[in-house]
Amino acid sequence: MKAKNKNQHQGQEILEGSRAIALTVNNIGPEVVSAYPITPQTHIVEDLAKFKANGQANFEYVRAESEFAAASIVLGASAAGARVYSATSSQGLLLMAEVLYNISGMRLPIVMTCANRAISSPINIWNDHSDAMAVAGSGWLQFFAENHQEAVYQHLLAYKVAEKMNLPALVNVDGFILTHSYEPVAIPNKSLIKKYLPARKLEAGTFLDTNNPVTMGGFFSPNDYLDTRKDICQDFDTSLAIIKKEYLNLKKIFKFKNNGNGLVEYSGAKKPKIILICMGSLAGTIKETLKKYADVGLLKITTFRPFPAEEIKKAIDHCVNIAVIEKAINPGSGGPLYLETKAAIFGHEKINIQNYIAGLGGHDISEKMIAKIIKEMRGRTTNKIKFVN
Amino acid sequence: MQNKKTQEYKKLAPGHNACSGCGQLSAVHAVMRGLTKDTIIANATGCLEVTTTAYPQTSWGLPWIHSLFENASSVASGIQAALKNRGDNNTKVLVQAGDGGTFDIGLGLVSGMWERGENILYICYDTESYSNTGIQASGSTPYGASTTTTPSGAQSIGSNQVKKDMLAIALAHGLKYVAQSAAGFPDDITNKVKKALATPGPSYIQILSPCVPGWGIGYDEAAMMGKLAVKTGLYPLLEYTDGKLSASSINANFKAEPVNSYLKAQSRFKHLGEAEINHIQMLAADNIKKYQI
Ligand SMILES: Cc1ncc(C[n+]2csc(CCOP(=O)(O)OP(=O)(O)O)c2C)c(N)n1
Ligand code: SF4
Ligand SMILES: [Mg+2]
Repeated sequence: MKAKNKNQHQGQEILEGSRAIALTVNNIGPEVVSAYPITPQTHIVEDLAKFKANGQANFEYVRAESEFAAASIVLGASAAGARVYSATSSQGLLLMAEVLYNISGMRLPIVMTCANRAISSPINIWNDHSDAMAVAGSGWLQFFAENHQEAVYQHLLAYKVAEKMNLPALVNVDGFILTHSYEPVAIPNKSLIKKYLPARKLEAGTFLDTNNPVTMGGFFSPNDYLDTRKDICQDFDTSLAIIKKEYLNLKKIFKFKNNGNGLVEYSGAKKPKIILICMGSLAGTIKETLKKYADVGLLKITTFRPFPAEEIKKAIDHCVNIAVIEKAINPGSGGPLYLETKAAIFGHEKINIQNYIAGLGGHDISEKMIAKIIKEMRGRTTNKIKFVN
Repeated sequence: MQNKKTQEYKKLAPGHNACSGCGQLSAVHAVMRGLTKDTIIANATGCLEVTTTAYPQTSWGLPWIHSLFENASSVASGIQAALKNRGDNNTKVLVQAGDGGTFDIGLGLVSGMWERGENILYICYDTESYSNTGIQASGSTPYGASTTTTPSGAQSIGSNQVKKDMLAIALAHGLKYVAQSAAGFPDDITNKVKKALATPGPSYIQILSPCVPGWGIGYDEAAMMGKLAVKTGLYPLLEYTDGKLSASSINANFKAEPVNSYLKAQSRFKHLGEAEINHIQMLAADNIKKYQI
C-alpha cells in the first residue's frame, strides 16, 4: 500500500470492521454489554467477549439466550442508569422489534450496531438494508456508515446524541462488506473519547434508584400517550440540529475532514445533471465510479432517522435527475429511501426521480451497474421501480 | 417519625385499581413486607402492572419498572448487571409476573435468567389464567377449569390440559430456593420472601392468587380459596432448599379436605361432573404423595 493520503489519520491500523467497532465500543466504556450471536454481527460481540475475558474491558458481559432477551437486558441496565451496548443483524433485529419500540418509548439512550443483512425467507446471510428499514418507525436514531472509519465515528456520534436526547440509536454497517473486510482505520483513544463523550449524565428521578424511587413504564391513558408520542417526534426534529452540531464537534476533536455534516454528505459535480442517492458502503462504489463523470453527484444519506428532508432538498437544489439506489424494498410500495426522498422534495415538480433496487441479499453492485444507471438517467426514465442485476 | 407500618405500606400504597378482594394484590402486600427499601422491581405486563400504575399515579414506593409482558426476567438481569458494574452488592432485584408471563410467553427468558445464576428473586402470582385480558387459559390453568379460551360446553370439560409443573422447571435449573405459597397465608409468603432474599443466587416463589372474576368467587373469598387450595392438597405450601423438599403443608398435621369443597365454591369448576371431580381428587392424592414431608 502507498503512503497515507491526506484524508488518513495518524495511528491508523489495518483492522477488520468488526474489530474496529469492538475496539471503539470498548473505549467508549459501556457498563453493560449483552448480545446474541448472528452472522454477520458475530465478530463484534466475540471481540467484546474476548476483551472481557482478557481483562481489557470494564463492562459486564451478559450472555443472553435470544436477541429478545439481549435487548431486554440492555433495557434494564440502561433504566438502572448504565451506559450499554448491543449488536445484532437481520432476524435478530426483527426478534427484538417489540423491545426496540419499548426502549424508545422509555427514552433510554441505548446504542446498538446493526450489521445489516437480508431477511428470511428465503434465508440469506448477506447484506442488504431490509432489517434496518423494518424498524424505521421504532423511534431509534439510525446512522449508516460507508466505511470502517465512518462506522467508528458514528458510534461516538450515536452515544453523544442518544445520551443528549434520551433516544436510542442504531448504527448500521453493511454486513460482511464492512464487518468482515480489512481497511486502514484509526481507533480513537479513551482520553479523547472522554473529552467528546463524558460518562452518561444521570438526573435524579429519571432512572431506577433506591434513593429516589421512580415508576417507569406505567399505564397511560390516550391523552398522556399522545403526549409521549408528540415529545418523541419533537425530539427527533430537534436532533437534526444536534447531530449536525455534534458531528462538527466530533470533527474538531478527532481532527478529520469530509464534506459531510452528519446528516448527509455530498460529493462529485458542482453543478450536477444527475444526483445519485444512497446509504452505506455503496457510496464507496459510487464514488469510484463518479471519478469518470463531470456532471454527476452523489448524495450519501448518513442519518436516516431523523430523516434529513431539508438537507436533501438543499443538496438537490436545481438538479432535475435523481436516482435513489437502495438495498431494501417494501413490496407493493417502493424502496423506503426513495419514498421518503420523494416526499421530501414534493413540490419540486420538475424533478425526475427514479428508484433502483440493488444489492438485495448480498447481490453484487459493480461500477458497471452504476455506469448503466447513469446512462439510463440521461435518457427517459419510466418512474417504475427498477431492479438492478 | 414514620413508624414501621407506614414504611411498609409505602412500598405498595393503597388506592390501586385492582378488583376489590383481588387475591393477587393481597399476596403482593405480603411480599412487600418481606422486602427492604433497597429493592428494585421489574414487573411484567398483567393485572398487577395495569392496576397499580395508571399514569400520572403510581402505587409503588420502590423503584419499579415495567417493560413488556414476557421480558421482566431479562430486564431484571440488566438491572442486576448495572448494579454489579458499579459495585452495588446491597440492592436486591425482584421480578413480579403472572402465570402467563412466567409459564407461557416468558418461559424462555425466565430460563435464561436462571441459567445466568444472578441473585434475583422471581415471584409468580398464579391466578391460573390470563386475568388481565379476560381470563383466557394459560399453561397454569388447572384441569377442568372453564376459561374464556377453554370454555366448558356440551363437548368441553373446560381445560383438558394439566397444569405445568413450574416448580420442577425451577428446580431443574438448580435454584437453591424454590417455594410455593398461597394468598390467605400472608406470614408464610413474607417468611418465604425473606428466606429467598437471604439465599444467594436466583430463587423462585409461586403464589396462588385467587382471582375474583376469573374464578367466579366473592370479593371476600380470595383468602378462603387460597386456604382451601392448600387444605385439599391441590396447592400445598412448599419449600425446597438446595433442591430438596424442606417444608410442606402436607406434613404430620395434614388432614385432606375433599376437593369438592374447593371446586364447588368457584364458578370456573361448576360445570364439572362426577368423573372430572374424581379425576381432580386423584390429582390431589398424587400431590399428597409427592409433597409429603
Ligand atoms: C406480546 C404480548 N402478547 C399479549 C399481550 C396481552 N396481554 C397482556 S397481559 C396478558 C395476560 C397476563 O396474564 P398473567 O401473566 O397470568 O397475569 P395476570 O393478569 O393474570 O395477573 C396478556 C395476554 C401482551 N401485552 N403482549
Ligand atoms: S381480574 Fe383478578 S387478578 Fe386482576 S385485579 Fe381483578 S381479581 Fe385481581
Ligand atoms: Mg394470571
